[in-house]
Amino acid sequence: MGPTLPLFPDQASTMASRVDYLYFYLLTVSIFFSILITLTIIYFAIRYRRRSEAELPRGIEGSMKLEIAWTAIPLVIALSFFFWGARLFFAMNRPPDDALQVYVVGKQWMWKIQHADGQREINELHVPVGRAVQLTLTSEDVIHDFFVPAFRMKKDVLPGRYTTAWFTATRPGRYHLFCSQYCGTKHSAMIGWVDVLEPADFQAWLGGGASSESLASAGAKLFQQHACNTCHRPDSLARGPNLEGLFGSPVRLSDGRTVTADETYIRESILTPAAKIVEGYQPIMPTFQGLIDEEGILQLTAYIKSLSKPSPAAGTVLLPPNNPGNPPLRPTPKESR
Amino acid sequence: MSAAVLEPEPTEPRHNYLNAAYGIRSWLLTRDHKRIALLYLASITFFFFLGGLFALLIRLELLTPAGDLVQAETYNKLFTMHGVVMIFFFLIPSIPAVLGNFFIPMMIGARDLAFPRLNLLSWYIYMVGACFTLWAVVHGGVDTGWTFYTPYSTVSSNTHVITTAVGIFITGFSSILTGLNFIVTVHTMRAPGMTWFRLPLFVWSHYATSLIMVLGTPVLAVTILMVAAERVLHLGIFNPALGGDPILFQHLFWFYSHPAVYIMVLPAMGVVSELVTTFSRKNIFGYKFVAFASIGIAVLGFLVWGHHMFVSGQSVYAGMIFSVLSFMVAVPSAVKVFNWTATMYKGSISYRTPMLYAFGFIGLFTIGGLTGLFLATLGVDVHVHDTYFIVAHFHYIMVGGAIMGYLGGIHYWWPKISGKLYPEGWARFSALVVFLGFNLTFFPQFILGYLGMPRRYHAYPPEFQVLNVMSTAGASVLGVGYVLPMIYLIWSMRYGRNAPDNPWGSTGLEWKTSSPPPTENFKQMPVVTDDPYHYSPEEVEIFG
Repeated sequence: MGPTLPLFPDQASTMASRVDYLYFYLLTVSIFFSILITLTIIYFAIRYRRRSEAELPRGIEGSMKLEIAWTAIPLVIALSFFFWGARLFFAMNRPPDDALQVYVVGKQWMWKIQHADGQREINELHVPVGRAVQLTLTSEDVIHDFFVPAFRMKKDVLPGRYTTAWFTATRPGRYHLFCSQYCGTKHSAMIGWVDVLEPADFQAWLGGGASSESLASAGAKLFQQHACNTCHRPDSLARGPNLEGLFGSPVRLSDGRTVTADETYIRESILTPAAKIVEGYQPIMPTFQGLIDEEGILQLTAYIKSLSKPSPAAGTVLLPPNNPGNPPLRPTPKESR
Repeated sequence: MSAAVLEPEPTEPRHNYLNAAYGIRSWLLTRDHKRIALLYLASITFFFFLGGLFALLIRLELLTPAGDLVQAETYNKLFTMHGVVMIFFFLIPSIPAVLGNFFIPMMIGARDLAFPRLNLLSWYIYMVGACFTLWAVVHGGVDTGWTFYTPYSTVSSNTHVITTAVGIFITGFSSILTGLNFIVTVHTMRAPGMTWFRLPLFVWSHYATSLIMVLGTPVLAVTILMVAAERVLHLGIFNPALGGDPILFQHLFWFYSHPAVYIMVLPAMGVVSELVTTFSRKNIFGYKFVAFASIGIAVLGFLVWGHHMFVSGQSVYAGMIFSVLSFMVAVPSAVKVFNWTATMYKGSISYRTPMLYAFGFIGLFTIGGLTGLFLATLGVDVHVHDTYFIVAHFHYIMVGGAIMGYLGGIHYWWPKISGKLYPEGWARFSALVVFLGFNLTFFPQFILGYLGMPRRYHAYPPEFQVLNVMSTAGASVLGVGYVLPMIYLIWSMRYGRNAPDNPWGSTGLEWKTSSPPPTENFKQMPVVTDDPYHYSPEEVEIFG
C-alpha cells in the first residue's frame, strides 16, 4: 500500500454532516477574507511601490464610515457562526430519550466499556447502526477524552464525576477511537476502535459474549456482597433510606436542600456518604471509597435505577443521567430552594 | 564635493550606550534600559534556540507513524519543555522585554524607564526562574504538557513538576515588574508635547500588554502555588480523590493563559503598526481605532478563558457565553488588519526586510485569527478541540504572528540597536525562507486536525503520515530561516556598514538621536509638536 493523503475524515454519524456543513461555511468565509486581504496587500504593494527615494505620499487620516463597516460586517458574520454553532452544540448535548446506554471508564491507558446488558469490552465499542447511543463517562485516575473523529464527537472523561455524550452511527464500519486529553506516558496508545454493526450483527454480537450478566444484576450482587441491604431495605428495620423508586426523584436533605437522585448523587452517596444526609436519617453510613471501583459504582447505580422500574429487565431504557456538567435540556424536578 | 556620492558613512558618535563602559560589571550592574534590553536579547535568544531544538526533535519523531526515535516518556517531555520554554521564557518576554524595553523610553522621549533598578531586577528574576526550569530540563524534564492539567500534574506525573513550576512562578514576577514599569513610564515620563494620542501605536500596544501582565500573571502565580500545595502537601484542591475539583484548575490556568496569548501577540501588532507606516511613508489609517483595539483586546481577552473548556463538561450555557465573547474579541483584531491594509493605500511602499515581515505577519495572523473563529464556534470546536487543528491555529498566531513581528522589529531597529546595517539581501532571503518554511510546517496541521489526529501523540495511525512528513520538512526549512538571521546579525555587528541615524526615514522619536544612541538617549530633551507618523505636511480625510 502506497502512501495515502486523506484530506477529509469519514462521516459516520448523524452529527458528522451537520458539523461539516458549518465547517464548510466557516471555511468559505475564511478563504474569502484571506484572499481579499492577500490580494489587496499584493495590489497595494505593487501599485504603490516606492518609485523614488524622494517620494512623499499625502497622508490619509482615516474614515469613520470604513471603520464602522469593517467593525460591523465581521461582527454580523461572527454572530452567524455563533448561533449556528450554539444550535449544533445544543443538539450534541441533548441525547434522545430512547438511546442505548453504554458506560465508559477511562484509566491510564485503556478504555473499559460496559453495556447495559452486561457485555464488557476493552478499547473496542460495538454499536448498532441507526440507533442513538448514549455514553456515560468517568475516569479512575486523570482526565481523559473520548474522541471519535468519524462521529465528530468528543467529551472529556473526568475523575470523580460523570459526563455524557451521544451519537447515532449512520454507516457500518470500523472507526478510530482516540484519547484526546493528554493523560501521561502512553496517551497515544490509549486508542481503540468503534465497530458499527448492522442491527442483526449487533444482536448476534450481544448474544455471543461469554458473561452476559446485565449491569443491574451485577449491581444487585454487589449490593448483597457489600451488605448494603442490611440498612437500605424497604421494611421497618431500615437504617438508611429506601432505594426503591429513588432514581430520578427529588430527595430532601437534612440541611433543608432538595436534590435530584441522579448518577452523580448516587456515586457521591456511596463514596462520601456524609456529604448529603437524607432528612430523617443519621450519618452512620461508612465510606466505600477504595472498596468499590468505578465500574462497580456504575453497576450499583444500574441496580438502583432498576428498582425504580415496575419490571426491571436488562437492557431497558433507562433515564438519562443528570449530571451537573451538562444540565439536562428537558424539564426536571426543580430544586425547592 | 559632489551630490552623486553615495550616502556618506556616518561617523560613529564618540559616546553611545555600547561604548559608555566596558567589562562584565558594566553590563550585569547596568541600569540603562538599552543594555538591559540586550541582556534580555541574549537570554531569550538562547531559550528560543533551546525550544527550537525540542521542536526539531518532536518533528523528527513524527516523521514516521511509529514512536521509534525517542521513547514515549521522552517525547512527552520534549513537547512539554518546548511549550514551557517557548511560551514563558521566549514569547512572553520577547518583544516587550527586548524591543519594548529598548524603545518605549526612546519613543516617548524619556531618558530611561521610570524604575531603572526595578528593570534590572526584572532581568535577574527572569534568570533565576530560568535557572530553575533549566535545572529541571537537565535533570530529566517534566511531562505534564505546558498546561499542567490536574490531577495529572499533581497526582500522576513523577517528573520535575514542582521545579519547573517554581521557575515559571518566579519568572512571572519579572513579567509583572516589567508591565508595571511600562505603565508608570508611559504615564509619567512622556516628553513635553507627547500627548496620549501622539504616542506611537507600539507604545499603545505595550500599554495594553502591560495591563494584562500586571492583572493576569498573579493568577498564574496563585494557581502554581495551589498545584504545589496539592502535590507536596496533599491538600485537596484539584484532585477529586481528596475532594478537589480538576476543572477548577482549568478555569484558573486559562484565566491567565488565554490573556497570555495577547501578551505574545499585542506587542507584535505594535511592531507591525510601526513597520507598515514607516515603509509606506504614511500615517496610520484610523489611529484611534488601532489604539483602542489594543485596549479592547486586552480587556475582552480576560473574558474568554472558558473557550478552552467546551468539551470539559462545563455547562452548555457557560459554553455559549464564552463562545459569544470569543467572537467579540475577534472583531478588534480584524479592525487592526483592515487598518494596516488601508494604511498602504496610496503609500510609498518599500520592500525592505522589516516590511516583508510585516506582510508575512498580516497574512499569517489573518489565517490564525480566522481559524480561531472555528474554535470559538461551539459545534465545530467539539471536533477540532485538542487536535492538530488547534496546534496549527496557535502556531499561526504565535509563530506566524508574534515571531514574525519580533523578527520584523529586530531588523527594523537593528541599525539603532547596533549602529550597524544588516545585509539586506541575506535578510530578504531568510524572511522568504521563514515564510515558506512556516506555511509548509503548519498548514498541513490544519488538515491533520480536521482529520482527527489528536495533539501530543507520540505515535499515530499510518494514514496521517504524508501530512506529517510535509510538516517535518517545513520545520527543517523554518529552522534554516531562523538560524540565518542569527548568523548575519552577529556578523553585521563586526563587519556591517555603520548605520545612519535614520536609515528608513522614519518619523519616530527613536530615530531622532544617533545610532547607537547615547546612554541618555537624547542630547536635549525632545519636544513633540506633531502626531506620530507625520510623514506628509498635508493630510486629507477620505470618504468622510
